[in-house]
Amino acid sequence: MSTDKSKRIVIEPVTRVEGHGKVSILLDENNKVKQARLHIVEFRGFERFIQGRPFWEVPVLVQRLCGICPVSHHLAAAKAMDIIVGGENLTPTAEKVRRLMHYGQTLQSHALHFFHLCSPDLLFGFDADPAVRNVIGIAAKFPELAVQGVMMRKFGQEIIKATAGKKIHGTGAIPGGINKNISIEERDDFLKDIDQMMEWSRGSVKIAKDYTIENIDMLAPFGSFDSSHMSLIRADGAMDLYHGGLRVIDFEGNKILDHVDYQNYTDYIAEEVKSWSYMKFPFLKSLGTDKGWYRVGPLARLNTCDFIDTPEAEAARKEFMAVTNGKPNNISMAYHWARMIELLHSVEKIKELLNDPDLQGTDLVVKGDRREEAVGLIEAPRGTLFHHYKVNEDDQVTMANLIVSTTHNNVPMNTAVTKVAEEYISGVPEITEGLLNRVEVAIRAYDPCLSCATHAMGKMPLVITLYDHAGNEIDKKSKQ
Amino acid sequence: MSDKITFTIDGVEVKAAKGQTILQAADEAGIYIPRLCNMSGLIPYGSCRVCTVIVNGRPQSACTQPAAEGMIVENETEELLTHRKNIVDMLFVEGNHYCMSCEKSGNCELQALAYRFGIAAPKYPYMFPNRSVDATHPDIFIDRNRCILCARCVRASRDLDGKGVFEFVGRGPNKSIAVNANARLKDTNLDITDKAVDVCPVGAIIKKRVGFAVPIGQRKYDTKPIGSEIEAQNK
Repeated sequence: MSTDKSKRIVIEPVTRVEGHGKVSILLDENNKVKQARLHIVEFRGFERFIQGRPFWEVPVLVQRLCGICPVSHHLAAAKAMDIIVGGENLTPTAEKVRRLMHYGQTLQSHALHFFHLCSPDLLFGFDADPAVRNVIGIAAKFPELAVQGVMMRKFGQEIIKATAGKKIHGTGAIPGGINKNISIEERDDFLKDIDQMMEWSRGSVKIAKDYTIENIDMLAPFGSFDSSHMSLIRADGAMDLYHGGLRVIDFEGNKILDHVDYQNYTDYIAEEVKSWSYMKFPFLKSLGTDKGWYRVGPLARLNTCDFIDTPEAEAARKEFMAVTNGKPNNISMAYHWARMIELLHSVEKIKELLNDPDLQGTDLVVKGDRREEAVGLIEAPRGTLFHHYKVNEDDQVTMANLIVSTTHNNVPMNTAVTKVAEEYISGVPEITEGLLNRVEVAIRAYDPCLSCATHAMGKMPLVITLYDHAGNEIDKKSKQ
Repeated sequence: MSDKITFTIDGVEVKAAKGQTILQAADEAGIYIPRLCNMSGLIPYGSCRVCTVIVNGRPQSACTQPAAEGMIVENETEELLTHRKNIVDMLFVEGNHYCMSCEKSGNCELQALAYRFGIAAPKYPYMFPNRSVDATHPDIFIDRNRCILCARCVRASRDLDGKGVFEFVGRGPNKSIAVNANARLKDTNLDITDKAVDVCPVGAIIKKRVGFAVPIGQRKYDTKPIGSEIEAQNK
């Protein structure tokens, strides 16, 4: 049997939302890659254990899924519960305070990912000494940049605190609205620093842009592939991170879905279960499991939107799209540039909102006819986040389905891992540090929640083990 | 002859009216004795033992023990603090108290006591009991996961509302709060305006759809520790 001579390389753990994943790479007798998979081996169970809980508790409970972008879960659940209480037409104050919270979160999450987690790869190179290739190394060699990253993140966190009550796991969004507005004092504190944030955001876009364009020959094929892209889109085609209809385009930009009311998402999207991963595989029903997968997140959002409604981010978007002549950008590593354009957009939006007197409004909650089923969607920093609930007449949750951004990117991340493995492992029986990091770099471009959870010092605790066909360990390298 | 009784708490002279408990006299004197099951307006019950003080060398629950002339009461001692912390610790592990998603957080007396005592995490192993909820009432929700068996609702419903909606069933670890109906809260005559609905020190009896309406920072114990309202009278 040919499999007698195959070898399996396992990277474990790769980590996930809050836990562990692993990469396994199967080699044939000539050490060519036969298969590469990102397995998610952690099970969370949130969807099960919120059953029976009162619906108003859910936005506060489910955000505990994550410590990096809990606001996404908080708001997606709150949007669903708005519908449950018949309060989805929020007051201007409620919608704007929630948006402020969301942009603050996008800012802090994107800043964290770019400066703390990814900049070491980009600024030191994939093959740099891992002892230097981390956030401490950045702080030593690029101290101004490190400070900017920390201060932008802090600004975003303070916005979250002002809107949600706490920097992490607050309570601001409640069914039908919010529980507090923004005082003049809070507003003025932020306005004091906003121009500095604008300047640093422009600088961040420049770093990502320059890096991408200077290294385009190396980056363009790195873990890249053609795919569809999905995001929410505003009615006029603008990027909207808080609300909109679903748009899906194919790799060339042809629209597969447009302005779809996400309350009916199950008509269009289904999830496949595979035996080797706890993470499901969502796909477009019309295209089936093989062709129906898509990407979400900053790259997808830049590709799907017709324009961005803030001037500086829109100018940056045009430069971004020019690289691929206005066609969708399918380069995995372009996620970083796209992410920084969104960071700039978020800061522009925060500035716009801070100058809006509606933030001081006192009409905070609306309620109407009670409903029993609702879907809440939001564009989380990492991509489209789905929350779907059913609530019984006693106010208890009876069903919950959460499709998180990282789940949408399941096939894309597997594909990226496969591409990198094919390029860098085929014909190389020994695992090198360069390989180890390239696998990480490809996964990291997607900013899966997993990299954040265990990766705060710029390192994933990766272990790669090489097994022969009988399961005997023949090589092992770790990077703790 | 004066109708006032004089005694001391931690060496401080305190006056009490005849028939007053140690705890009532202490409250009036601005001395805080921690408590959970006791509540002003309800008949003292003496079940939680958090208010245990040393009276003339012997432990007594301050909420049930009448003040007497010349009593020497110890309240703020290391020994009693340890004892009270242990009780609060045990109450946490005996139920399923998930403060992070509980709407009572910030207004919860159990949580507030833990903060006052400096309890960061329970030292005993969690028991993770299998407790039920009752969501059948249109306005009121019972979450037995959070019940600490203080009997405030039992007393308030019986003595203040004249209804007797609540009572205990079972013994030991299986003891739980029950309602005077076959199974469901909605089959009782409990009303949203009943006193019994307002007295729960934890999040076991809550009014539906209120949730997290009060923002963080404006909740009862966000800025001042529990007991400070009593101690403020002493300033």
